[in-house]
Amino acid sequence: MQDKPGLEQGTAATESAGPATVMSAREVIKHFGGTRVLNGVSIEVGVGEVVVMVGPSGSGKTTFLRCVNHLERIDGGEILVHGLPVGYRRGAGRLGKLVEDRPKAVAERRRNIGFVFQRFNLFPHLTALDNVAVAPAKVLGVPKADAREQAQALLKRVGLADKASSRPSALSGGQQQRVAIARALAMKPELMLFDEPTSALDPEMVGEVIAVMKELVEDGMTMIVVTHEMGFARSAADRLVMFDQGVILEEGPPEQLMTDPGHERTRTFLRRIIEHV
Amino acid sequence: MAGGYVLADSAPGAGFDWSFFWHYLFAPSSTFLDGLWRTVYISVVAQLLGVVLGFLIALAQRSRHTPLRWAGAGYVWLLRGTPLLVQLVLVYNGLAAAGVYRFNDVRVAGVIVLGVVQAAVLTLALNEGAYMAEIFRAALDAIDPGQAEAAHALGMTPAKTMRVVLLPQALRIIVPPLGNEFNLMMKSTSLLSVIGLQEMFLTAQSINSATFKTFEIFLVAACYYLALTTVWSFVQKFIERRLADPGRAAPATPSFRHRLTGGARGERGVLSTGDIR
Repeated sequence: MQDKPGLEQGTAATESAGPATVMSAREVIKHFGGTRVLNGVSIEVGVGEVVVMVGPSGSGKTTFLRCVNHLERIDGGEILVHGLPVGYRRGAGRLGKLVEDRPKAVAERRRNIGFVFQRFNLFPHLTALDNVAVAPAKVLGVPKADAREQAQALLKRVGLADKASSRPSALSGGQQQRVAIARALAMKPELMLFDEPTSALDPEMVGEVIAVMKELVEDGMTMIVVTHEMGFARSAADRLVMFDQGVILEEGPPEQLMTDPGHERTRTFLRRIIEHV
Repeated sequence: MAGGYVLADSAPGAGFDWSFFWHYLFAPSSTFLDGLWRTVYISVVAQLLGVVLGFLIALAQRSRHTPLRWAGAGYVWLLRGTPLLVQLVLVYNGLAAAGVYRFNDVRVAGVIVLGVVQAAVLTLALNEGAYMAEIFRAALDAIDPGQAEAAHALGMTPAKTMRVVLLPQALRIIVPPLGNEFNLMMKSTSLLSVIGLQEMFLTAQSINSATFKTFEIFLVAACYYLALTTVWSFVQKFIERRLADPGRAAPATPSFRHRLTGGARGERGVLSTGDIR
């Protein structure tokens, strides 16, 4: 694969975000009511890097992913994408405390971050083609015919060229998720976030979605993937990150974490999900 | 004798005057037709304004600004909490008596709009807005939150999310209760008789005081109200079919009898489960 500048500094979560860093998080804290779900998460992801996040349910991995494109507010620390915070701006004053941004500015920052949901969240009133074409047309102002042409090409790329005129309700789960990936790609994102993209699927449909994701990896897409698909992690991920109780317990090359983890919790957790699958 | 002064006029034992009934049913006087026409256009205009107003109030209730949310909730509380009849008298007679505002006849594009018609349309629309706000609120709440999240993740602003993703889905949910509202609206116009607006009911009342054919003339009025609501039920069905999702098997269409009688449709402002998909 291509060289990955973020890989060496990744484990150390260094302070300075180099030019090759796509996403860097520093001491992120998040509460839900009285519970602290993220308790100081720091991580950097470099250009072209593929990071898989695992951890027990409630460990904070999905919450963290949702914080990256500001689907959730954060209560402390900061998350930068391409060196700029998402959803926040520096307030007045020299120290520049971060304040929440206006909705319009947030929307603008999200444009080049793709997000794939566990439950697909396709728009049921639009065809597969229009699901993919709608954001370029309505957000970027791409002429409708051009947006549709691009959408058709993206549907072809995920193997669904013949389903362009189908409504989501007429597609299988695996097909819906592939349309959802095409929809996210239509905005030409530089970072793709996947939130358990296969866990709402019937087992026989997992493979087709994983195959599309692997193609993205080969194209050099920067990806953060929350998943328990250890096959994908082993073959496609540069780094495996283990979340536990709101912090990153440890991270490293997938093979190393799977065979020789630094923590007993990682060992028992990974053994459990690998045996389960 | 001391009973309802409207209906006590009929000569006792006169029997049912069939020829009078048929005559007014099939060849109504021009005064009666004028009344019918007022009933129709006041209903349509007030309903249209009420839908727009209701949407705006629903937006206010979903705003991130607390004062707007309070204003929306206060509006619904006030307008739903007082009888339409009282509101009509307050707006038309009350404001004039207090010297606050008198509705005068105005000429709009060469047509004279009576002061009483202005007051009627305004009050009906204000009242309807409160009910429509609740219907919009319920419909928007019924949409999976994942829809808005997906739109946000694609870089849509809140306004675009509403227009492109939420509103089209909400409209489908809204049509059945909206049909209910318009049905009620046409019948509510009979209340306008108390402020002296010559709509269908007041016209029938005048004919009654001149002819004493109480049963006959009010039965004619009932037939015309029934005709209006019946025609509307077909229009509503047409709209529902236009908005239906072609990719999904059509839900069991209510039978003709069900539509005429209203079947198990929800009460004002309440969506019965059959209305939510």
